[in-house]
Amino acid sequence: MAADAARAIEAVWRIEAPRLIAGLTRMVRDVGLAEDLAQDALVAALERWPGSGVPDRPGAWLMATARNRAIDLIRRGRRLDERHAEIGRDLRARQLTAPDLAAAVDFPVEDDLLGLVFMTCHPVLSADARVALTLRLLGGLTTREIARAFLVAEATVAQRIVRAKRTLAEARVPFEVPGGEELSERLASVLEVVYLVFNEGYAATAGDDWTRPALCEEAMRLGRVLAGLAPREPEVHGLVALMELQASRMRARVDRTGAPVLLMDQDRARWDHVLVGRGLAALQRAQELGGALGPYALQAAIAACHARARTAQETDWAGIAALYDALAQLRPSPVVELNRAVAVGMAFGPAAGLELADALADEPSLAGYHLLPAVRADLLERLGRRDAARAEFGRAATMTANERERAVLLARAAGAADGGGPSPR
Amino acid sequence: MRFMVLVKADEQTEAGRMPTARELEAMGRFNEELMKAGVLLAGEGLRPSSEGVRVRFEGDRRTVIDGPFAETKELLAGFWLLQCASRDEVVEWIKRAPFDGGAEIEIRQVFEAEDFGEELSPEARAAEERMRAELERRAAG
Repeated sequence: MAADAARAIEAVWRIEAPRLIAGLTRMVRDVGLAEDLAQDALVAALERWPGSGVPDRPGAWLMATARNRAIDLIRRGRRLDERHAEIGRDLRARQLTAPDLAAAVDFPVEDDLLGLVFMTCHPVLSADARVALTLRLLGGLTTREIARAFLVAEATVAQRIVRAKRTLAEARVPFEVPGGEELSERLASVLEVVYLVFNEGYAATAGDDWTRPALCEEAMRLGRVLAGLAPREPEVHGLVALMELQASRMRARVDRTGAPVLLMDQDRARWDHVLVGRGLAALQRAQELGGALGPYALQAAIAACHARARTAQETDWAGIAALYDALAQLRPSPVVELNRAVAVGMAFGPAAGLELADALADEPSLAGYHLLPAVRADLLERLGRRDAARAEFGRAATMTANERERAVLLARAAGAADGGGPSPR
Repeated sequence: MRFMVLVKADEQTEAGRMPTARELEAMGRFNEELMKAGVLLAGEGLRPSSEGVRVRFEGDRRTVIDGPFAETKELLAGFWLLQCASRDEVVEWIKRAPFDGGAEIEIRQVFEAEDFGEELSPEARAAEERMRAELERRAAG
């Protein structure tokens, strides 16, 4: 029975913790203290609920308990260093005009949550710290779960979180939703954190199979939460669309031996069509909000071109090439250029693609990147330049660290040498 | 993890009684909470079984049976598809749903691709490929 209650409390905690911590941060203006208070309330619940049962409104119960503790803390003058004295004055001042407890609990939490998001993703923190703090305070993940997900020691994560909270307090980062221009700028930092979490789960090549999809799911959930909090921001919907569309391919990305399956070779029946539908809908929302698409929405639009194609042959390569053009304008990078070369090669013929790929030959950041010679080899093969194609496939094979990929590249090198017909791709 | 939350039918839903404005509002609020928490993937209400139909399979025979269907307890009135970290979390969410009057809600975890271990059977894959080829042929023709 006690175990059941503990599991129920854990579930309540996952649902309520972000709102609780957000509301408390609004009260005490210190995210570290807010988390301590929330944890205290959780301990109280663990003592009380196994006997009394989970109350009807567990969130309100936790909030009332935490709030009372905050007031106690101030009254007893415990931990009355300068910072807390300030918080105490602030609290007391607000209590004079404070509405009753129920009203405080029912206060619209959207702004609080958004304020907390902006705090945990504040640029004053390192990317690692932002990710850890966001998963902890908004995802309700334990230090242990975060450590498992990122394959680092639990102590490292704990330290990162402690340091992050201290940094926020020392930098006096305000608890607020920035307005106007700053909103979009700060939002970019938030979206980056969510996408980092997603990619950590999506691109995982090692580790516990169970934990990693959970990380993708958490990122997608956070993205959807953000879309609810900032519904007028097209890039939020763009990121949600991108994540849902990428995740829709998750189960088609590896074959039964665990080997990676390239997008064009994936069994599209195995794509997750619930996620495809959700991704396309989110992209549509981003587009309907008007204005030029941002980098996430553009990448989502590219993913959508693939998602809409019933078969690989039906892919709208001209559309994808145009989207990569736009992305290259907005966020130029050698990898984007290389992808653009592939799309152009598919849409307008291998010669056009090769011209773009060749322009990347001296790009230092691509030296050692096996996909550059692999893409060139494919284009050369389609142009009938078999010797050059063979050499490039061979070069790519020596550059990849992935055994399975090497095997595929060596096979294609051999195919080019045989003088077999040009590859259909 | 995904969970299908099945809302059982009762005499009222089967009689096609539409929810009152108040009930709709309460359910709307609950749905919004699910959405804002990022756990709601899909959810719909179902029309009464009198408008439904069943197809029964026996050997080569296919029998079409029109609704309504008798065994009310087996019938559904709606569903949600939720993404949550655990079954307990779904239970905690559903405890907050605005139901009453002996309503029963069933929670079932959806199979993940990994649960099957292997991919689609070769037969299913072949059938799928035939269907694709046929669709392509028709599209081309």
